[in-house]
Amino acid sequence: MSDGMTRRFVLLKLGIAINVVAGVVLAVPIVGYLLSPGRRKRMTEALSWVELGELSKFPEGQTRMATFRNPSTRPWDGPTGDIPCWVRRMQGQSFQVFAINCAHLGCPVRWFPQSNLFMCPCHGGAYYADGARAAGPPPRGLFQYDFKVENDRLFIKAGMMPTLGNVASAGRSSDNSPCA
Amino acid sequence: MRMIRETWAWLDARLKIGDAIEQTAAHPVPRRSASWWYVFGSGALTMFIMQIVTGICLALVYVPSADEAFHSLQVLNFQQAMGWFLRAMHGWGSIFMVSLVLIHLIQVFLFGAFKFPRELTWMVGVLLLLMTLGMAFSGQVLRWDQDAYWGLGIVASLVGRVPLIGGQLVQIVLGGPIIAGETLTRFFALHVFVIPGLLIAFVGVHLLMVLKLGINDYPMPGRLVTRETYVAEYEKMVHEDGEPFVPDAMQKDVVFAGLLISGVIFCAAVFGPFGPGGTPDPTIIQTVPRPDYFFLWIFSVAALMPPGIESFALLVGPVVGILFLLVLPLWAGVGEKSWRRRPVGVLVVIFAVLAWAILTHLGNTAPWSPVMDAWSALPVPEKDLAGKTAVVRQGALVFQVKQCHNCHALAGEGGHRGPALDDVSTRLTKDQLFRQVLQGGGNMPAYGTNLSPPETTALVAFLETLHPANEPPARDASGPSPPK
Repeated sequence: MSDGMTRRFVLLKLGIAINVVAGVVLAVPIVGYLLSPGRRKRMTEALSWVELGELSKFPEGQTRMATFRNPSTRPWDGPTGDIPCWVRRMQGQSFQVFAINCAHLGCPVRWFPQSNLFMCPCHGGAYYADGARAAGPPPRGLFQYDFKVENDRLFIKAGMMPTLGNVASAGRSSDNSPCA
Repeated sequence: MRMIRETWAWLDARLKIGDAIEQTAAHPVPRRSASWWYVFGSGALTMFIMQIVTGICLALVYVPSADEAFHSLQVLNFQQAMGWFLRAMHGWGSIFMVSLVLIHLIQVFLFGAFKFPRELTWMVGVLLLLMTLGMAFSGQVLRWDQDAYWGLGIVASLVGRVPLIGGQLVQIVLGGPIIAGETLTRFFALHVFVIPGLLIAFVGVHLLMVLKLGINDYPMPGRLVTRETYVAEYEKMVHEDGEPFVPDAMQKDVVFAGLLISGVIFCAAVFGPFGPGGTPDPTIIQTVPRPDYFFLWIFSVAALMPPGIESFALLVGPVVGILFLLVLPLWAGVGEKSWRRRPVGVLVVIFAVLAWAILTHLGNTAPWSPVMDAWSALPVPEKDLAGKTAVVRQGALVFQVKQCHNCHALAGEGGHRGPALDDVSTRLTKDQLFRQVLQGGGNMPAYGTNLSPPETTALVAFLETLHPANEPPARDASGPSPPK
């Protein structure tokens, strides 16, 4: 009788052990699956050079909106894969390319060429033409993309929504920009 | 009738749940607890059941794809038979459900129902509140319009403020580097599988505890709760002065449930479904994103918080608030139940409700947001122009063209980000006006590089004329005194 009992507990222990092992083996891929968007490798791979168009699209001394297709998209992303940005061409090949997202809470800032200000419709953030914070709650200036000019075309390094945890491509703050 | 009874007898001979149901239904509740104050919990449950039914109906047509979700909502609104009505029922149902959960929370707090032995019932209730709010937010995301898109932008920006791992958390929340297809499917899975499953499970636990521990007795000032005597006193009360839940005490719940469902039907039929607003195309930036009703107060807090403590307050504040609610019954688990003898508790409720109402009102009017089209859409009041000199009128033109009107109101029209300028010249002298326009400050951008000297001169000339008819403009106190 006692033998039988013991054997039953042996089976129970064995059963628990098998389930724990199987559970761990199962948990690793599930957790990895859930957290995969946050892997550093995937995040660095998300950034690449995208073309904004010929330089002639951006007159000197003006700030214009440009849109690009995000470098990494799914076929079913639809219009959400199109990202806007603000391109300021000071002169020649000197540019500033600002993210559309306000540095405060990500709302889309609008450029007002008459008063040379970017204004945010959500909480009233305002920025100067060079992206430096002018007023309101933003903790810093507008996020900026790295850019390069090749064959008379403007490219920016993009692919990720900029937030305070992930400042566009270069991580430079407009507040430190020398050109005011 | 006989057939029904026989069928039930046949079923119960195999199911063996008849006795349990009977006992549960007939469990005695204190007579005074069969009160109209005690209908909000069952009301919230009624709404939840209705949300499940309407939600399943919507899921039959809705397509959780970033490309197609918006179109499928249009089909629901305009082509699918009664689709608009089901969307309206689900939308209004969510407003009713969140409101009822909050009212239930306040009632339970004021009636001391969180005290011994119902501490865990309260804690589970706090989790149910969080899940309900989670449903409200994820539901707003599934609407997949401009507000949903930029609402996610706000969530991502908030999460990005988390120290050290903020950048990675953003990607995990969004399901990728940008707000796109995988963001929608994430929130779809949360809204349709994860949170409802948890809600059903936790509602079950919540109800089980209400049954096992008994509904809270109607608080009487001076009848204190002690761990030693409460359970025996409660048993005595329900047996000496109690009534069965079914059918006596339940009557009011049934009436209230019927009124609630009728209320949702009325609102749905009269006011219709919510949105969707503009297409979720981020390149269309002519938008003024606003969150749904329940989250307007957070929107206000985000605008009004001093920048220096904002990240801390927005990230740590909610955690502290939730922890406070969770540990409340452990901290104040015994003693007085009646709100009549708990002035601090009543004050806390009044403060919280007032703060919520004021912040929601502010979120509705958003005085901190520039009125983006004021400069081109709103005129300068005629009284500020009539009979004025050419340079003053030129200044009014500068005021419009340089978008001053977006942040400054004239005669109540325009932005309220900055002060209204109807009497600005009584507050600032000419020199101070020049300084303020050119250098900014006090949360105003500097316009020194954006205005030519003639523009600035004209603008200040215009501002100098803005004062009430009988009140003279401010003057430099160190200068010569004005002519008598």
